Formats: sequence, structure tokens, C-alpha cells
Amino acid sequence: MYRYDEFDAAFVSERVEQFRHQVQRRLTGELNEDQFKPFRLMNGLYLQLHAYMLRIAVPYGTLSARQLRMLAHIARKYDKGYGHFTTRQNIQFNWPKLVDVPDILAELATVEMHAIQTSGNCIRNVTADHFAGAAKDEIEDPRPVAETIRQWSSLHPEFSFLPRKFKIAVSGASHDRAALRFHDLAVEIVKNDAGETGYRVLVGGGMGRTPYLSYVVGDFVARPDLLAFLEAVLRVYNENGRRDNIYKARIKVLAHTLGPDEMRKLIAREFAEIKAAGTLQVAEAERKRIAAYFAPPEFDVLSDETPHSADPDFATWLKTNTHPHRAKGYAIATISLKPIGGVPGDCSHQQLDALAALLDDFAMAELRVSHEQNLVLPHVRKKDLPAVFARLKSLGLATANAGLVTDIICCPGLDYCDLANARSIPVAQRISERLAARQEEIGELKIKISGCINACGHHHAGHIGILGVDKKGVEFYQLQLGGSAAEDAAIGEIMGPGFGEHEIVDAVERVIDAYLKLRRDGERFLDTYRRIGMEPFKNVAYLEQLHAAH
Amino acid sequence: MAQVLTSNRLADGDVVYWRAGDWVPALEDAEVFAEESEAKDALAEAQLSVAANKVVAPYLFELRGDGRPVQEREIIRALGPSVRSDLGKQAYAPTLPGFAGHSYAGATRPLKGEVKNSDDVSI
Amino acid sequence: MTTTLIKNGCVCNDDYTFVADYAPLPEGAVVVTLTRLRRERGELLARNTPLGVKLASDQSPEALGSDLDHLSLVVLEFPKFRDGRSFSWARLLRTRLCFKGEIRATGDFLYDQLAFMVRVGFDAFEMQGSPEAFGRALAEISNVYQPSADGRKTILDLRR
Repeated sequence: MYRYDEFDAAFVSERVEQFRHQVQRRLTGELNEDQFKPFRLMNGLYLQLHAYMLRIAVPYGTLSARQLRMLAHIARKYDKGYGHFTTRQNIQFNWPKLVDVPDILAELATVEMHAIQTSGNCIRNVTADHFAGAAKDEIEDPRPVAETIRQWSSLHPEFSFLPRKFKIAVSGASHDRAALRFHDLAVEIVKNDAGETGYRVLVGGGMGRTPYLSYVVGDFVARPDLLAFLEAVLRVYNENGRRDNIYKARIKVLAHTLGPDEMRKLIAREFAEIKAAGTLQVAEAERKRIAAYFAPPEFDVLSDETPHSADPDFATWLKTNTHPHRAKGYAIATISLKPIGGVPGDCSHQQLDALAALLDDFAMAELRVSHEQNLVLPHVRKKDLPAVFARLKSLGLATANAGLVTDIICCPGLDYCDLANARSIPVAQRISERLAARQEEIGELKIKISGCINACGHHHAGHIGILGVDKKGVEFYQLQLGGSAAEDAAIGEIMGPGFGEHEIVDAVERVIDAYLKLRRDGERFLDTYRRIGMEPFKNVAYLEQLHAAH
Repeated sequence: MAQVLTSNRLADGDVVYWRAGDWVPALEDAEVFAEESEAKDALAEAQLSVAANKVVAPYLFELRGDGRPVQEREIIRALGPSVRSDLGKQAYAPTLPGFAGHSYAGATRPLKGEVKNSDDVSI
Repeated sequence: MTTTLIKNGCVCNDDYTFVADYAPLPEGAVVVTLTRLRRERGELLARNTPLGVKLASDQSPEALGSDLDHLSLVVLEFPKFRDGRSFSWARLLRTRLCFKGEIRATGDFLYDQLAFMVRVGFDAFEMQGSPEAFGRALAEISNVYQPSADGRKTILDLRR
């Protein structure tokens, strides 16, 4: 993984002291809350319902054993013993004190971690495919590109007060595991007809109140030109993005108001000039320097045999939670943070420490954080899988449900979040408990739950999406069907009126029962929905309609 | 409708409630304003503690006849997360009249897979 | 607190007088709005005194066209400190339009933004605070990752 050099280390340390100074000025009143808020957000610090919340970046989702131990330490020393992994490769602590945050950041800096730009109207932490460097379908590891962008975007003098937040994702594989089409900007590593590697750039995706899928603005950006191209996009956005209405301020609104032709024209003009100036060229030497940090480990020559275990649960876990690796004799393993009936994405300090020990004991350098709020072991020797499974099982981390109906993406909702209108976690817990016994029969089905229109739980991209709303002080839940964040990206369609908190789980179950009756061989829920549409599901979801039909 | 004045403390973010010119941590100790004018006066007075950098953005919320907040949001703030009965104010003491836990059955368990004591990890 | 003009890190006298759109023009250096510059272009350019223009945050300096050659000062306004358009306008003035005159910030901006502002090309600030504080704001972060209008060596340059 990337290691800081002296410049990176000094930068992060100075940023900590800068924030310490900002906190002091807030506590003495030199800064009022309105003034302080953008600066604390740019360091990942929110004020939520119960307390402050600190969002720490896990750059492109990669964590070492040392970093896991530090996160466990912070959970114990400054928080309440656990952290929450989010949909953008961050970990959040829900209970830090403002006065402690500078010390937390200083401790994080010792393991090359930070909370820089994990919130605020700036370029957010850059995310990448969580199978980077391991996936069989990969053209190139996206993390060097993500790190290059991270450096360029850190305290960017021109783009730190954008109209709204700006999220970038990078992928180098044919399958989209990074929700590219839902990002403000996505970089896809591609090869052109001449066999050269370059970048396809998409702009204007997003969820929230008005969801959009992004479109291509750069078909093939040459390697040295990537930052010049991104700077061009950001300048077009900073100058033209709306600032009169917070709900229309994201680049998705600009991109879809102007349309692809006009957007491309504006970007091309800036790009030509920035490129001609030459100062933002990504030098091949620097690209290689960064890429070298992400060189794959030396893979042993191993047998590709499927391992066996006496534990009857192992076979199920092997089937659902391991994925093809590019090296023979290796596998990628998903560590589910979705125990049946548990809180999606939460991880205790004991689990964090134990995962660090797991990495050490099985000679693995890193683990990954996925946008689906799970963890990933990118390079597991197949022969180690039974022992790794046994260890995970003892930690409560071996739930065999990756990609299944209980592997639910869920925002913190009204249990923690100041913006939420309804709870999300209890809905996820009850769906998980209700459907766990049938999840293998149901097959791949992605449920995503948000507690408000901001869509942190990606409900627009769920095969089944659930949106919590407030109806005169009472929690209500809208169903959406047919969304996807993968390469077949789509925005889900709203079914109709919402369901009460005691109806929503039944409604979801009835929709799934209908799918089981209507599906053809091998069809996922999403495929069936795309074939037959909303009507058959709507007809069973609402009890009144069900009764009327009988 | 009766109202209570609340805020979060600046230094640590804790939820606090207004009582006789100062802030207390528990909703059951909060001053309840029967009259709109009393509530408005308290909110105006609380601006002094904003200016003194003690709390952030105080606001009023409404109580039902039985003393529970109208909004779920305020019940959750008064108690802690409904999904973790070991966290927040509910971990220490009841802070709502007649409180017997959040309404969600089975939702108040500790983090699944959590080992109470790191010595218990069998590795 | 009173507002002072800090230019190139020092407290300066403001030689310019800002003139509202229909106020009479005084002798000496003046700053006018874009509206007035357009309306009284001939008269203003014919004066043999320094001329500045004040742009609102939704006015691109590209709107000045070739008139920029006759200006010695562009004042960029921050209506709210969160409105970051002027960061791009300053950058454009320096990099694309090659403006060599003074770029002055006025309005609502904060200590914490000064380092960014200097980087994109501002060299004068109508602000509360001392030159010492101004200096401290610039020194908080020693090195930078990206090139901007200040021509500073970046961390990438230093690595070579």
C-alpha cells in the first residue's frame, strides 16, 4: 500500500495542528458555529443527534494491521468501543468529544490516516474498487490513480469552497464495484484500440433528492493528462454550479441542465488551456513511484484445489463470500459486517484488533473496506480459507451472505443522524431476521435503506430500495424497485405510497415471495423486475390491493 | 402544547436541556414550558449561552400529554440509539417518564459478535 | 474592528476610492462596478489615473475583455465566505488573462482561507487582522500538492 514520504507526513501533521488551532478558536468564540462548521466538516467532523461524529478516510479502502489496531485504540480511548464503516470507504466514530478530536487526528497521523476532506463542499476522499489488485477482471489497479487524485485534491486552493460536495470513484475492472455511475465524477481505466492505457471520465452522477446517472465527458484521456482534465471539470463546476439552491448545487444538476454537448465543450476549453500550460502533467516517473507501492504481493505458486473443512457452514461461506482471484491458488474473501439482525457496517474494537491479528497470522498485508459496508481480504491462500473462516466465525464475522438479501446497505438513520427523518437500522435488522433462512434460495438481491432523501444508504441503487420519510412525526417507508449500482446501473422506480414501520418488512417479504413465484431459471430479482416491471410486485405489496383481489 | 428547550454542548456534543437558566443532561430534569411565551423567553435567554460558547443551536420541541416528546427524533436524543440500549443516556438511567426501553422489540441488543472482554477472543 | 488593506503581507494605504454607480467621480484612482465601466467606458478609460473594477462573485473577469489591459486593480467580492467562485476568477485572471495588476479580496472571507487565496492569485486583502496573523495563516501548511497561480514548487517538484 501507499506509504507517506516526508512531504506527505509533514502535510498531514500540519493539517492536524491547523485543525487544533481552529478548534481552539471555536472554543474561545473567535469562530462562531457558522464559521467553524465548514472547517470542521472539511476535517470530517459532524455534530449529530447524540454527539459529534468523526468520519475518517480509508483511502481507496485499504487498511493495514497497524491501522486497524489504531482504529481499535481510538474506539476504546476516545469513543464507545466500536466504529461504523460507511458506503464511501470511511469509518465513523459516533461519540468523540470536540476537544479530543485534534488528539485523535494526531494519533491517526502516526499510522498515515486522516479525516481530510471526508465531508464539506470540497473534493471528498477518493474511493476505488475494493477488489483492486486482486480481481480477475481487472485491467489495472485503480489505487495509484486514486492516490494521485488524493494528493492533487488535498487542500486544493481553487476547489475547497465548491457549490456542494464532489465525490470521485476510480475503477480499473470490467465489473463496476465502485458505483461509478452514481458519482459526481468517475475515472475508468481503459485501453484504446492502439492498446494504450488511459482513462474514461464520467460526470454528473448522484443520488439524493434528484438521482442521475453520469455520462461520459472524456472518452479517452491520456495518462499524463488526467489531473489537467479533472481540474478542467472542477473549474467548470466551480464557476457554473448553482449556489442559490443547495438542492440544485451538485454537478449532476449542472451536467443534466447543460447536457453532454455543452458540458464537453466547456470542459474541452479549460482542458486545452490547462494542458498547454503543462504544469499539471502527471510525470511518468511520479506515476511509477506511486504505482510501485501498490505492486501486488509476490504470489506463491499454489494449487488451485478447493479447500475442505469439517465445519458444515464452511461450504456455504465459500460459495457466497469468496470470489475469483487473478492468481492461481488464491481467493478474495468478503468479511460480512452484516450479521443476521445486526447493525450493518458496525465493527467492535475487539473485532478490529482481531482482524489485525488475522492479517498478521496469515501473512496478509492489508484488508479492504467495500462500498457495501463490508470488509474484504484481497489475497487469501485457498489452503488457508478453512482456518481463516474458523477465525472469522469465532469473531462473529463469518456470516455467509455477501450479495444476498441480508447483506443490506443501510445508513445510520434517525438512531444517530441529525438529518434523518426515519430509522433505517431497525428496518434492516428485521428484514435480515425475517429473510435469513431463505436467503440462499432467494439468491442475489441487494436491499439498500436510507433514512432520508440524502440517500446515504443508496436506496436509489438498490434492487429493492427503501427510503424512510417523516409523515407528521411518524416514520414511513417508500419502496423502490429496480435500481443497481453495478455495470448495469439504474435508478430504482418508486412503487407508490409509503408503508408504516410495522408494514414495511411484510411488504418487502411479499415482493420477494412474488419474485420467487415469477422468476425464470437463473434470474436474479433485478432481472425478473426488468422483465415484468413494477405491476406484479405492486399488486402484492399493498395489503388493501391484496384483499381487493381476493 | 408543552415545550422543552434543548441543545448540544459545544465541547463534547452531549445532548442537554434547559432548566432555570442552565443546562442539565436528562430530559426528566428539564423545565417544561406550558406557555409559548415562557418557551420563547427561555430560547432568547439561551442565546447568551450560545454567545458564551457553551452550546450549539438551541431549539424548542413539543411534548405530548404524557410527557413524551412528539417526535421520534427527540425520544432518540433523550435515550440514545434505539438499536443499542447500552449507549447514550439510556445506558445510565431512564430519562423519559414511564420509560421501559425503545418500542422496537428485539432491536436493543449490543453489537452482534461483540466479545465483552478482549481476553475472550480465542485466537 | 476596523478593516485594513493588507497587500503583499504589509498594511497599506488604500489609494483607490470606490465609487457607487451614480455617484460623481472624484479625482485620483477609482474603483467602479462592471455596470459603470460598461456605461462610461470611454470617459473612464480616458482618465489618466489608475482604474479598478469591482466584480460580484457571479461575474467572470472574462467579461472585461480587452478593457482588462487598462485596469490596474480587480476587486473580487466574497458575498459569503462559502461562495468559492472568486478562487477560480482570481486563477483565471492570473493564468489565462495574464493580469499583472492587483487582485484584491473584499467581503466575507476568513483567516482560514487566506493561504488558498494567495495561491490562486490574490495579493491584496481588505480584512480585519494584523500582518502577523496574515503571515501565520500562510505558514500553517509548508508545502502544497498542486500547481496554482503562485508558481510555487509543489511537493511533486520537490520529489524530483
